[in-house]
Amino acid sequence: MALDKPYKDIPGTTIFDAEQSRKGYHLNQFCMSLMKADNRVRFKADERAYLDEWPMTEEQKLAVLARDLNRCIAAGGNIYFLAKIGATDGKSFQQMAGSMTGMSEEAYRVMMIAGGRAIEGNRYLGESK
Amino acid sequence: MAHISASVYTSHVPAIGAALDLGKSHEPYWQKVFTGYEFSKEWFKKNTPDVIFLVYNDHANAFSLEMIPTFAIGCAAEFMPADEGWGPRPVPKVIGHPELAAHIAHSVIQDDFDLTIVNKMDVDHGLTVPLSLMCGQPQAWPCAVIPFAVNVVQYPVPSGRRCYNLGKAIRKAVESYDEPLNVQIWGTGGMSHQLQGPRAGLINKEFDQAFLDRLIADPDGLATMPHIDYVREAGSEGIELVMWLIARGAMKDSGLKVVHRFYHVPASNTAVGHLILENPS
Repeated sequence: MALDKPYKDIPGTTIFDAEQSRKGYHLNQFCMSLMKADNRVRFKADERAYLDEWPMTEEQKLAVLARDLNRCIAAGGNIYFLAKIGATDGKSFQQMAGSMTGMSEEAYRVMMIAGGRAIEGNRYLGESK
Repeated sequence: MAHISASVYTSHVPAIGAALDLGKSHEPYWQKVFTGYEFSKEWFKKNTPDVIFLVYNDHANAFSLEMIPTFAIGCAAEFMPADEGWGPRPVPKVIGHPELAAHIAHSVIQDDFDLTIVNKMDVDHGLTVPLSLMCGQPQAWPCAVIPFAVNVVQYPVPSGRRCYNLGKAIRKAVESYDEPLNVQIWGTGGMSHQLQGPRAGLINKEFDQAFLDRLIADPDGLATMPHIDYVREAGSEGIELVMWLIARGAMKDSGLKVVHRFYHVPASNTAVGHLILENPS
């Protein structure tokens, strides 16, 4: 019997469940390796060579090289792991979160100060705003 | 016998720690957050317990995907602040209480909650930011802390009901410890926030305020709220709020005194919620 995944109809949201975790295992473990300063230096010196040390898919590697966090998440990445890439790049969590919304950094910051993204229109896929 | 005197609930946004550590707390943006904790720091000075049982979640620091314990109790003598990729926070090491932690682990596991016992672990902002908010920036933390890490990173996370019942088992465990320790239980994380995908930045003030109301007055009803309501209404990372139910479950069912309540949007991507509840003496 299929598992119940009622969260599939939430717009703009990928729930990091066991299935995503399995897909993203090596991508996320690569991210964990960036917690060590030596590894951050090696990664920054030659990103492609460092990524090639990991049994990641080509899509995962390209998504990391492009710093496209939505693509990383679709490939099984989790934001708390991906944050290690952002830390290596000197990005704040707000810059990372904002980068996934299609908004400019400034527009995202202003939206948060104004109270954040409204829930109305953001509960279900296809819901009219 | 030991007893639980009070519970503290607070968000644990990493940017709050960074603002404190980098000396930005006087900036107007951060003042709006920190003013909500001025009362709390005074209260904590007058009500410093012997031990804090601190419920939080690790954010891919102590636990990678190699091992994902649902409930992990820190039984070590001390815990170092984790290097989360920016370098460790410049805060004191956390002194544990191995005797009480071992007692609670024994009792709670016998009550059918399968805890993972952790004897070596670094602690991340999920644990140290609440300590900074409540204690300021001391040279040493003013009491012992038992870290209790809950998996809220990989789904499915434990249900609200299970968390609430676990809190009750923790209460029973503390109350069966012979030494007359004053124990506080803290529940951290939340409130509404989403850090990923095009819906990032989601905030739901109505949900958050209702959650605070029900946590105080109707925790039993609140505990039945399914995961999907947290995720849909409070964002994918808003699910952290199940941890508040562990702390609430460890308190008396009713008759609590609401000592302090604060809510502010935003700190970085997140709605900051904060409560202090005291047990009737």
